Amino acid sequence: MDKLLELLSENSSFTNKELALMLGEPEDYIAAQIKEYEQNGIIKGYQALVDWEKVPDAMVTAIIELKVTPKKETGFDEIAEQIMAFDEVSSMYLMAGSFDLSVFVNGKTMQDVASFVARKLSCIDGVIATATHFMLKAYKIGGVSLTDDDSASDERSMVL
Amino acid sequence: MIDYDNFINESIKQVKPSGIRKFFDIAVEMDNVISLSIGEPDFQTPWHIREAGIRSLEKGKTWYSPNRGFAKLTQEISEYYKRRFNVYYSAENQVIVTVGGSEGIDLALRTLVSRGDEVLIPQPAFVCYDPLTYMAGGTPVFIETKAENRFRLTPEELESSITDKTKVLILPFPNNPTGAIMEREDLEAISKVIIKHDLFVISDEIYGELTYGGKQHVSIAEIEGMKERTIIVSGFSKAYAMTGWRLGYLLGPAPVMDQILKLHQYGIMSSPTTAQYAAIEALKNGDDDVAIMRKDYDMRRRLIVGKLNEIGLDCFEPLGAFYTFPCIKSTGLTSDEFATRLVKEKRVAVVPGTAFGDCGEGYVRISYAQSLKNIKTALKRIEEFVEELKNESKG
Repeated sequence: MDKLLELLSENSSFTNKELALMLGEPEDYIAAQIKEYEQNGIIKGYQALVDWEKVPDAMVTAIIELKVTPKKETGFDEIAEQIMAFDEVSSMYLMAGSFDLSVFVNGKTMQDVASFVARKLSCIDGVIATATHFMLKAYKIGGVSLTDDDSASDERSMVL
Repeated sequence: MIDYDNFINESIKQVKPSGIRKFFDIAVEMDNVISLSIGEPDFQTPWHIREAGIRSLEKGKTWYSPNRGFAKLTQEISEYYKRRFNVYYSAENQVIVTVGGSEGIDLALRTLVSRGDEVLIPQPAFVCYDPLTYMAGGTPVFIETKAENRFRLTPEELESSITDKTKVLILPFPNNPTGAIMEREDLEAISKVIIKHDLFVISDEIYGELTYGGKQHVSIAEIEGMKERTIIVSGFSKAYAMTGWRLGYLLGPAPVMDQILKLHQYGIMSSPTTAQYAAIEALKNGDDDVAIMRKDYDMRRRLIVGKLNEIGLDCFEPLGAFYTFPCIKSTGLTSDEFATRLVKEKRVAVVPGTAFGDCGEGYVRISYAQSLKNIKTALKRIEEFVEELKNESKG
């Protein structure tokens, strides 16, 4: 994998200068490379990695498995586009296996999510079945562990 | 009341506790400290290596190994050194598996040194050579390596330290704490002096896998006329992130190894069995793991060196191990003051250069065996610290 993309996907707050140092490339080359990735859509955006559990009044997240009937011409795409248009949907994937779409939904409360599923998702033409799973705790997101505080978790001892 | 002092050996009373420890002890008392003071990999042992250890336990391999180590392991070590560093040692009688490189250093010194023999120790260097030489009855003689020579040992420095009592030269490269390496031409130059004065070399090559900038570690045993007068110390701790397994090895001429074996036999008997099974797997299938870790260390190394120089802490480019050794003289503080204030005021632990010999004054050791994220944060804190020091001296 491209080392630059690997570093940025781990931590997008590296400055171009830091990236240049680490990769042993000129800074302007790094800047140009990133610009190119942004322009051709390889880099889609930069987000903060939030541990929502630590935020007061945080939202709840559910993963909803959907079975749908694909359309003749467009397959799953048309119905997927219809579903992803909802603001409540944060991520969505087409899956292989016993269901078709995996939809990540955020809501203020479990009630919110439940009513979104009942009133909006289930009513869409082509949706055959839903199964809602509420997320209880996040351990790791995007390669980053949320459970340990780095400096506190250093178990190494000074022996000499 | 019992007077313990009467019972303690006179020599051990003279040995000072390690200077690295002090800062670690300060650091553990505080919260939110990022430690750049630790001399072991932050990586865990690669899983397939751990699995080999686990499997051996499941199979009930819980007995002593032969004194030299399992034949399968000495065989793998022999092949490994040939493959990686182009020096051949016979698995039969030129390899001994030890409890870490540390036991190896102790064994080599106690086997070579008689009372009154002088042992040359280039400094700054790892802390154990001096006390272990002393406990073996030898006299440590320090050679100061210099920043302007990129902390390499020069033939002139070596020549001028030799007396008629000199017997052994310790060669600690790639070096902890400076990160210096010795290249082939450097080794050739000092080898002439070593042979001329008929010295023996203990070459501590524990960081031999960790070199950067396109440089490969060269063992002094590869230089003509040197293999017959060299004991190589190495091990699994740094290359394979296996510090806790406690496994190293010695390579050397058979007549010396036979003597060393007696000491190992009576003192230790044999090295840990489980660790040896894991080590066999490491040597057989671990090259890729080492390459991945080396690449990671290299990125951190470039980041730290670049940033330190930018901050104004002069840092020569280290090409080995996982340490940087910046000069802090521009701050006007001593190494000890710098390290103490940095950990107290900014929660970053580093080791003062003086822990590695008096000539380390004016330097600190910064380890990059730490995650990129923590290194980034620590560098920011060091930058703030140096800024504040500048303002202090202005005000």
